[in-house]
Amino acid sequence: MINEMLAYFAQGANWAGESGIPARLGEHLWYSFLAVAAAAVVAFPVGVFIGHTGTGRVFLVSASNVLRALPSLGIMTLLVLLMGIGLLPPLAALVLIAIPPILAGVYAGVANVDPEVVDAARAIGMKDSRIILQVELPLALPLILGGLRGAILQVVATATIAAYVNLGGLGRYIFDGLALYDYGQVLVGAVLVTGLALVLDGLLGLAARALSPARRAIAN
Amino acid sequence: MNWLLDNLPQVLGLTVEHLYLSLVPTFVGVVVALGLGLAFGNRPRARAIITAVASAIFTIPSLALFVVIPSIIGTQILDPLNVLIALALYSTSLLVRTVFDALDAVAPEVLNAAEALGYSHARRRIFVDLPLAVAPLAAGTRVAAVTNVSLVSVGAVIGVGGLGQLFVSGYQRNYPDQILAGIIVILLLALVFDRVIAVTARLLTPWLHLGTAAAANGTKLRPRPHAPEVPAQHGTAAPGQETK
Repeated sequence: MINEMLAYFAQGANWAGESGIPARLGEHLWYSFLAVAAAAVVAFPVGVFIGHTGTGRVFLVSASNVLRALPSLGIMTLLVLLMGIGLLPPLAALVLIAIPPILAGVYAGVANVDPEVVDAARAIGMKDSRIILQVELPLALPLILGGLRGAILQVVATATIAAYVNLGGLGRYIFDGLALYDYGQVLVGAVLVTGLALVLDGLLGLAARALSPARRAIAN
Repeated sequence: MNWLLDNLPQVLGLTVEHLYLSLVPTFVGVVVALGLGLAFGNRPRARAIITAVASAIFTIPSLALFVVIPSIIGTQILDPLNVLIALALYSTSLLVRTVFDALDAVAPEVLNAAEALGYSHARRRIFVDLPLAVAPLAAGTRVAAVTNVSLVSVGAVIGVGGLGQLFVSGYQRNYPDQILAGIIVILLLALVFDRVIAVTARLLTPWLHLGTAAAANGTKLRPRPHAPEVPAQHGTAAPGQETK
């Protein structure tokens, strides 16, 4: 199997065209980006609201648990049957996966800001909107980035399943390979997704590290 | 919902398979993570290596792991063992960090007291550190169990997925009710697992709840703290700061 996989990688034709490795990689990244961006648009304001006001914590915990238990394959196939084949059903399933980690990160980041710092900001006359934008969010940045990192990794992993409902992305190799009993191609897909996830994780880790000294400077 | 009621025997069979595929890896994960945590918690280098490997494993997408395992250990690609191993690896990776953190959180006074009472290292690990780590470990186990319940269904695309098979067959036959039934039963399973682990952890740690009850009463009995009228006497410490 490993030899077949290496042969697939060595074949120049597999790197060109619409079903070439770069094109599939691009599709995979595109779905993941859309899903994480949409999830951030939903989760960010909710997380800031709950973190800032402290209301709705019970809702946050139970909503995250339910979303974590939702089987993405089930959501994807159900939505395809209800809405037809297209980008929207897999995207909706990916957004549902990405919401809990982003929500948790934003909430925890904002809620963990030292109350004395918030009181100080209020005492010097900052309004709530300024407290959120200039005090809480900068201090929450490391935890927000942590949540975003978790969301990106889960979405990149799960975007593989989008190929099951006739979309592209790196999952294409796994499902096409399984259908053709071509396990070399299956491995190609598995290795590419894993590599992508590891590289993204490394890059996001570096980004988080680069931003944490800034946080210390603000805190001082 | 009608589909679910009409096909209860089939769903029950798949539920049993689903339970097996998600419970066994959770259990293996807890045991292996505890073993690693107790054995290597005090060795920084081994610990750093384990943490790095665990986070790398956790990054591997489940479907990729399901199909890669056969080429590593030589099982058939449709063998349920692949799913069991993959999920056990995830659970272990998730929990080993929790175990390290939980053991770190045991108060040094408690460890000193155990040492003073003449506990050997191994005995202390099992009878002092372990029970005190149950509560955080249970929180991690709940996440691992719920994640497993949801991940098992992905195995359906390689033919081993318990209730996930309802998704594959419902999709192929264009039958949304069947998929909906699968989602509902999976959510119920996740909910039941979550509650069972939470309640078990509560039963295993009776002292924690005695503690919180006593603390709650204590704060009620204690007079409300109010700002001192005279400035604090100890140098630079501002009033109220010591209460943190």
